Amino acid sequence: MAEAHPVGFQWVMEAKKRGAKVFHVDPRFTRTSALADTYLPIRAGTDIALLGGVVRYILENELDFREYVLAYTNAASIVSERFVDTEDLDGLFSGYQPETASYDQTSWQYEGQERNGGEDTAKERDSAAGLRHESHGMPVPGQPPQDETLQHPRCVYQILKRHFSRYTPEMVERVCGVPKEKFLELARAWTENSGRERTGALVYSVGWTQHSVGVQYIRTGAIIQTLLGNIGRPGGGILALRGHASIQGSTDIPTLFNLLPGYLPMPHHADHVTFDDWVDSISQPGKKGFWGNSRAFAASLLKAYWGDAATPENDFCYGYMPRMTGDHGTYQQVLNMIDGKIKGYFLLGQNPAVGSAHGRAQRLGMANLDWLVVRDLFMIESATFWKNGPEVETGEIVPQECRTEVFFLPAASHVEKEGTFTQTQRLLQWREKALDPPGDARSELWFFYHLGRRLREKLAGSTHPRDRALLDLAWDYPTHGPLVEPSAEAVLREINGYDTVTNRPLAGFTEARDDGSTAIGCWIYSGVYADDVNQAARRRSRHEQDWVAAEWGWAWPANRRTLYNRASADPQGRPWSERKKYVWWDPEAGEWTGYDVPDFEKTKPPTYRPPDGASGPEAIAGDDPFIMQSDGKAWLYVPSGVLDGPMPTHYEPAESPLRNPMYGQQANPTRKVYPHPVNRINPSPPEAHSGVFPYVFTVSRLTEHHTAGGMSRNVRPLAELQPEMFVEVSPELAAEVGLSHLGWAHMVSGRAVIEAKVLVTDRLTPLRVDGRIIHQLWLPYHFGSEGLVTGDSANDLFGITLDPNVLIQESKVGTCDVRPGRRPTGPALLDMVADYQRRAGLTVEHRTPLATTDAAGERGEDA
Amino acid sequence: MPDANSLYGPLDPAPDAGWADAPPRMGFFTDTSVCIGCKACEVACKEWNDVPASGLDLLGMSYDNTGALTANSWRHVAFIEQPRPAGHRTPPFAGNPTDGPVSAAAAAVAAGTGNDTGTDPGVPPGDPAAAARMAAGPEFLGMPGAQPPGRGTGAAERTDFRWLMMSNVCKHCTHAACLDVCPTGALFRTEFGTVVVQEDICNGCGYCISACPYGVIDQRKGDGRAWKCTLCYDRLGAGQTPACAQACPTESIMYGELDELRERAAARVATLHERGVPEARLYGHDPDDGVGGDGAFFLLLDEPEVYGLPPDPVVTTRDLPRMWRRAGLAALTMAAAAVAAFVGGSS
Amino acid sequence: MGLRTFIQGWPVYRQLTGTDPLGRGAAAQSARSAELTARTETADSMARSVCPYCAVGCGQKVYVSDGRVTQIEGDPDSPISRGRLCPKGSASKSLVTSPLRQTTVRYRRPYATEWEDLDLDTALDMIADRVLAAREETWEDVDDEGRPLNRTLGISSLGGATLDNEENYLIKKLFTAMGALQIENQARI
Repeated sequence: MAEAHPVGFQWVMEAKKRGAKVFHVDPRFTRTSALADTYLPIRAGTDIALLGGVVRYILENELDFREYVLAYTNAASIVSERFVDTEDLDGLFSGYQPETASYDQTSWQYEGQERNGGEDTAKERDSAAGLRHESHGMPVPGQPPQDETLQHPRCVYQILKRHFSRYTPEMVERVCGVPKEKFLELARAWTENSGRERTGALVYSVGWTQHSVGVQYIRTGAIIQTLLGNIGRPGGGILALRGHASIQGSTDIPTLFNLLPGYLPMPHHADHVTFDDWVDSISQPGKKGFWGNSRAFAASLLKAYWGDAATPENDFCYGYMPRMTGDHGTYQQVLNMIDGKIKGYFLLGQNPAVGSAHGRAQRLGMANLDWLVVRDLFMIESATFWKNGPEVETGEIVPQECRTEVFFLPAASHVEKEGTFTQTQRLLQWREKALDPPGDARSELWFFYHLGRRLREKLAGSTHPRDRALLDLAWDYPTHGPLVEPSAEAVLREINGYDTVTNRPLAGFTEARDDGSTAIGCWIYSGVYADDVNQAARRRSRHEQDWVAAEWGWAWPANRRTLYNRASADPQGRPWSERKKYVWWDPEAGEWTGYDVPDFEKTKPPTYRPPDGASGPEAIAGDDPFIMQSDGKAWLYVPSGVLDGPMPTHYEPAESPLRNPMYGQQANPTRKVYPHPVNRINPSPPEAHSGVFPYVFTVSRLTEHHTAGGMSRNVRPLAELQPEMFVEVSPELAAEVGLSHLGWAHMVSGRAVIEAKVLVTDRLTPLRVDGRIIHQLWLPYHFGSEGLVTGDSANDLFGITLDPNVLIQESKVGTCDVRPGRRPTGPALLDMVADYQRRAGLTVEHRTPLATTDAAGERGEDA
Repeated sequence: MPDANSLYGPLDPAPDAGWADAPPRMGFFTDTSVCIGCKACEVACKEWNDVPASGLDLLGMSYDNTGALTANSWRHVAFIEQPRPAGHRTPPFAGNPTDGPVSAAAAAVAAGTGNDTGTDPGVPPGDPAAAARMAAGPEFLGMPGAQPPGRGTGAAERTDFRWLMMSNVCKHCTHAACLDVCPTGALFRTEFGTVVVQEDICNGCGYCISACPYGVIDQRKGDGRAWKCTLCYDRLGAGQTPACAQACPTESIMYGELDELRERAAARVATLHERGVPEARLYGHDPDDGVGGDGAFFLLLDEPEVYGLPPDPVVTTRDLPRMWRRAGLAALTMAAAAVAAFVGGSS
Repeated sequence: MGLRTFIQGWPVYRQLTGTDPLGRGAAAQSARSAELTARTETADSMARSVCPYCAVGCGQKVYVSDGRVTQIEGDPDSPISRGRLCPKGSASKSLVTSPLRQTTVRYRRPYATEWEDLDLDTALDMIADRVLAAREETWEDVDDEGRPLNRTLGISSLGGATLDNEENYLIKKLFTAMGALQIENQARI
């Protein structure tokens, strides 16, 4: 955190000053470790084993915050007797289908609800359906049977206990390389600092998400924080530190293939043929929770898109919507580019030649397009691959034979346009424009508004049905100034939503209607323009308001700063403790009150119980704080919605030098794989030849650089602070391989070979894992061939394997070989990679087995 | 003859330099125990003061690629990797299968690296043996690369480790030799008690460079003039905080009235001692030290040498009054002799 | 400047007649030093902004004089950052004023070995033509069971995490209307 989010880290230092204990878990000792109370070196890719150890420690010692757990979680719910755990299936759950490498989830359901989970989870994987749950859980029908004593062998609490019983301190040590005593120090401190009077916070970043089991890493963290009562309370939570100025915003208002604004799903050709199919799949009529209103959100979005053309009679132009048929994600796209299926590509402030996994595949894909539009501040590697890329040197890309037509369009910087960023805690902050962009530089707002205008002009008069969606589009934004810049405030106002009759901006999403009387660009952002005021532009000084600072910017939803803050009060609505009071029920006033905007219906009393047969928000009881979950509870066990299991399980990374010490199942059996000649995955046990790539490597950021380097390697005062690509190794690895400090080394994987200067440092350590010594090395991933400082790109080493829930790639751990000296150049470089592929058995036909246990064939009794 | 105290001992320097109604003396207190080594100070300083480029070399001195305070780097963050216990409750590498430490060896190799900073003398070439001592590890005897680091040192496994970071800056001494030797009046004492080189006056004579007991002052090549931290004199005049202190994410760099900072520093040392960090100590805070106390002082977690700071700096002009007395005496003697000769001659 | 003022401004005069007989302080202050003030005080305008690097969302103040950014520093009012910035945020002025920034359209013809110049308006028009052509060439009306698809898989896009919400909104809206599904950004990576 001190490395990549230094200014956020001031709050950790603030907490430390007040006596907080800081634990840092990382494969290498970083600037964060230097300030932590305790540092735990860990083998990259084993966090579920570590966290699972903490879950076991809590459950075995009954250290959970029992009142919180009983009232606010699904711990007491009883699960179907058809469910079979990884304990009994050697690392698989019941329902595994080897043909599709996915689960039939019917056996995972609560008792009596087994008809619920029969979705085609392979299809959900392809559309990254899990991302939808960024704002809410899957629906569940009715109330499952409960055992408030938590003694029933099939209640969630007991199932969890059995599932994690294997994650002993000894096992943690064996899998993660974290010595047992250190693990216990962490488990003790975490549990001692949680409960009624105290809370603990968990902070993670892409070190958790970029794994083939990434979603389950975070799930394990969520289980711990829920068991300990650290959710929805001040000083608690699970804090995702995101790495781009508006990456949260670009998920909420998604430039993502599978989502529409506000986490509405992009329609699927088979499941969402009609408007009703689509809307009902979201709201699930008759089921509980706030998604009951989704018909209004969906209709209002289409109304914002197609304006007057969208009417209740024509299902708000739903027929115009494009449909998904499967995986259309960025990595599938890149492989399709290589295969010649894609004509044109826009790059908007992103540099995949350096920043995405498997840089070579990225560049080869771009070299096989008809046209490419790059919009950036600087001449980045993704714009010059045809000229300066590593493949030009190896002869794989010959400029005179590369047909890709490239348009480089300079972009406006953040001070040359106005608009909002949504930062990591869902806070929208409006930026004022300081000056006009230079020369031809323009904002994306300008570019896309005028591109759209031109497309519509060119299509004017078209009678093609396919062109109606463009021609009927509501695309008349006011513009201003000599550059004819569209008004960002007008767009924000549309995002907020308005009454289509009076044009009045809506006060919030509760005003959304499904009859065409409201248009809302992104329902979760509704309220950002309440009272016709740009709430995101509010800048009341922190000196002039309380510590929650509700009048600085605007947070979704409804300006709530802490989600699920109803959980900061006990079931009766009283603060759990005076020290930790945040939001509570005021019986006199008959409403919820506190420091923050209550994340609960304002006047629903704690004693409210839903009538029989209630659905939608009405079905949420007065003591159910997790209102976006269909049952108002936090889920320790997830009966559906997570594709790789109802509970997290330690799997080895897709590339590992070790056989999984915990189960016969080696790696995530449902991970998304792309067999393709360009994408050779290094062998892992039980496959042969894993010894060809004996070392574990991981990559991350340096404080001094930013992601793929465009915004730092071109900026002199940053470039000089970290002027060269390097690799960090322990003295022990340096001795084993013969590397010297400030000398050269080259790293080889089944995809690429890259070189770097060597920093031999005590900050890295070998680990003793399952009786073996495992060496790890670390690389920054910021470098490329353009800019003031250049170097080989670490991400070139990675192959493409994705998490099944969200299709994020495993680019925080891989295997490689390390050799002293510089890498070969030209065709000799390709020969070296080919030689490694030959030695590792990575032929074009090679397929990594997904199920590595015989239990896969048994498939549970229900299947 | 000036008051000897103007050149040595405790003093409030601004009034002494003729600033009637001077505001309180302002300075920096840099608490290295909360420094995260982010280098925001280096960048913020360069941005505000338009400080030019200082070279693009990987120095291998941990994460320090700046190397030293130069005319083109007015803040410099030092990084020291040490196989020594820190505030960690459990040694960072306890229980890991580690061999001997390498910090000293790496520091020794790094000491051989140079960096063209575009300034003179710039980053001085290091001494490998000194570097090894600096990192407080075992003496490094082999040539770089001749012996793989971490092998053959005879040391047991490494368990303790700490990573020290410290943002260094001009000390704005109470008795600033640079200022005292400046023949043009380019270096002057401001009303805030700080020491500033005036770029419109400096003629590049370089006397200040050898006068500085900390090795802070340096000349810019091509330009020839001396440049260093001004404690953002222009910002101070507008009532603003210096750029580095304003940016510092963890308040490692604190700016304020020197008296108040000294109180804060004393309290911080006491707190750290209570929390089991006995090695915490102040550096440059003492008005009775060899430079009369620094306007920019530090809380360190090790001996000053470890951070590349002189252990006991003394203002190089301390002996000036005594020298002046002797010189005066000699002149008087000479004059007397001349008079005697003249008188004698005439008799 | 009269002779009298000139003499009174002469450091030696000030040294000999003032409170600074050693000439190390007040007497040595140059005219330039005496007139120094923070350029933020005299800036033509100041915009309240947000750091463009990571997602912490630190407040920035952007100062402009004579049509150029002269300083970007932390906004002390921000409850998130309290006026502080990391090295990247602190380098924001160098980012937006970097001499390496591209300010004109560059065009690489198929099979060319060098860039050439291109007018912005022409570029936009060419891109619009190419979008329509790619869409035409790869359009899918219905799947093999006759259910609507309304899409093209011939166009891709990557980026958004560094852009404004309003920009992402227009991109998603336009691409959806174009039938171009394949939009992605860093959130997937």
